[in-house]
Amino acid sequence: MVEIFGIPSQALFGQLLLGLINGSFYALLSLGLAVIFGMLNIINFTHGAQYMMGAFVAYILLQYLGINYWAALVIVPILVGALGIVIERLLLQRLRSLDPLYGLLLTFGLALIIEGVFRNYYGSSGQPYQMPEALQGGRNLGFMFLPNYRAWVIAFSLVVCFGTWFAIERTRLGSYLRAATENPTLVRAFGINVPRMVTLTYGFGVALAALAGVMAAPIYNVSPQMGSDLIIVVFAVVVIGGMGSIMGAILTGFALGIVEGLTKVFFPEASNTVIFAIMIVVLLVRPAGLFGRSV
Amino acid sequence: MASTAEAAALGARRDTERGVGVAAAIMVIFLIAAPFLLYPVFLEKALCFALFACAFNLLIGYVGLVSFGHALFFGWASYLAAYAAKSWGLPPELAILTGTATAAGLGIVAGGLAIRRQGIYFAMITLALAQMMYLVALRVKLTGGEDGIQAVPRGHLFGVFDLNNEMTMYAVVLVVVLAALFLIYRIVNSPFGEVLKAIRENEQRAISLGYNTDRYKLLAFVLSASLAGLAGSLKAIVFQLASLTDVHWTMSGEVILMTLVGGLGTIFGPVVGAFVIIAMENYLAPFGQWVLVIQGVIFVLCVSLFRRGIVGELANRLRVRL
Repeated sequence: MVEIFGIPSQALFGQLLLGLINGSFYALLSLGLAVIFGMLNIINFTHGAQYMMGAFVAYILLQYLGINYWAALVIVPILVGALGIVIERLLLQRLRSLDPLYGLLLTFGLALIIEGVFRNYYGSSGQPYQMPEALQGGRNLGFMFLPNYRAWVIAFSLVVCFGTWFAIERTRLGSYLRAATENPTLVRAFGINVPRMVTLTYGFGVALAALAGVMAAPIYNVSPQMGSDLIIVVFAVVVIGGMGSIMGAILTGFALGIVEGLTKVFFPEASNTVIFAIMIVVLLVRPAGLFGRSV
Repeated sequence: MASTAEAAALGARRDTERGVGVAAAIMVIFLIAAPFLLYPVFLEKALCFALFACAFNLLIGYVGLVSFGHALFFGWASYLAAYAAKSWGLPPELAILTGTATAAGLGIVAGGLAIRRQGIYFAMITLALAQMMYLVALRVKLTGGEDGIQAVPRGHLFGVFDLNNEMTMYAVVLVVVLAALFLIYRIVNSPFGEVLKAIRENEQRAISLGYNTDRYKLLAFVLSASLAGLAGSLKAIVFQLASLTDVHWTMSGEVILMTLVGGLGTIFGPVVGAFVIIAMENYLAPFGQWVLVIQGVIFVLCVSLFRRGIVGELANRLRVRL
């Protein structure tokens, strides 16, 4: 057996892989938060609940309607994103002129409602979600065993993250979006429907969270509290990275996942607090965040 | 000209003081009569949360800082107070002091970190720090993990007053909470409080006027944390229990809800809000998980339609400041 730093390579790479998986979810969720924050200037506290909803809707579709994983990957983000659009139109839009604090409180309330409703129907224990057949099993790479599904999650979330980055930073639509972030009034004067763009942006951010939820369903148990625990870690990730840059959110997410995985190998007791500890260090050394402009 | 304006300002101030005085008198009379009409334990709980909410309101209402992690101070103070009373055998007054001092210490650290960022980041940082300390509470021996610290002795206050007598306990809680509320009132109406409000309205302007706003914000944060700690310590002695519920993020959410329902930035709002929410939870306890949903619905309704809260709305109708 090969050993690295006195740790069997299987264990080391296994944890690194788990770290990368967690990192994929951190990246997808903090990306969504950053996109929403850019346009709406609010922190979407419901993000964790929407991620949980993504996993649950996938579970419900499979359980009651027999709709499989691949279809769920498309249907669930559309459904949950549509619900997000309703929320934006009915509730968030009225808060636009107010202190962003109210947006935070409102989305916090929504998160409580969603989590509470799912807890009522499904209890707090988790529901298993069958892994799609095509991705069961795995392959031996010599230095480690790579389960197919995990490889898929990492690859697919990389594609989604960089696709989003490309759409925002390199396309015409993205340039409208960035311009509207800087100066909505001026962009409206050019004849672009900014309120509709804001609504669709929120829907898109929510759809990203739901997509992450579908991908998480076969790995973690589908449970009502899976979102609230995760979202707090993602907040720390966002504080570390700063929300000014899309690429920053993606890189910070993946990097922190890897750090967390490594901590699990070398210092397991600290594995669930290490991201918070890094946040403290970043606040002390570089208060604006790694990719942030000073606020 | 100047003298007219001054007289008007003085008159307005006198009106404000009269409004606050009348409201305070009503509150004190109610609280003295209440234990003969309602369960003292319910009132003690509501009073502890009223103090917690007022401490939180000091930050959100008067400095404009939204802490999403106040359970950190409430919960850890309650742990240390319970531990001091049970394992060290300290009398209740010293146990409460231990808890409050713990919260003050945590407030210096958490506040010092959180004020390095503004606005929405401040909320996320406080939430993350509180979650970190929740995970610590889950692990370390001192807190008793999932069991918490149970059967904390109430003891004798100053070696004289037996707190196992429910009426004595209520009187002590009432005196401590009223004294703390008076302190908060004095803080927000002091020159220091005026600077805090100036920071809330326009921090850049306050800086340009030569105020070191970071120091003001930190001091306000530590005061708020300590008072939240006082509330937590009292709660530990009253219920003879310190548990994970008190450090969980749902507790931070609950105190925000109380303050919001009562009225952000009002003197009496958090007290009214705490009584309303605690009463609601009492009556809704049989419905279990629906409490979470109902709390969420109240959040959404308050933010969408009722941003002034109960006391804020009342004050607006009566054209006084409460």
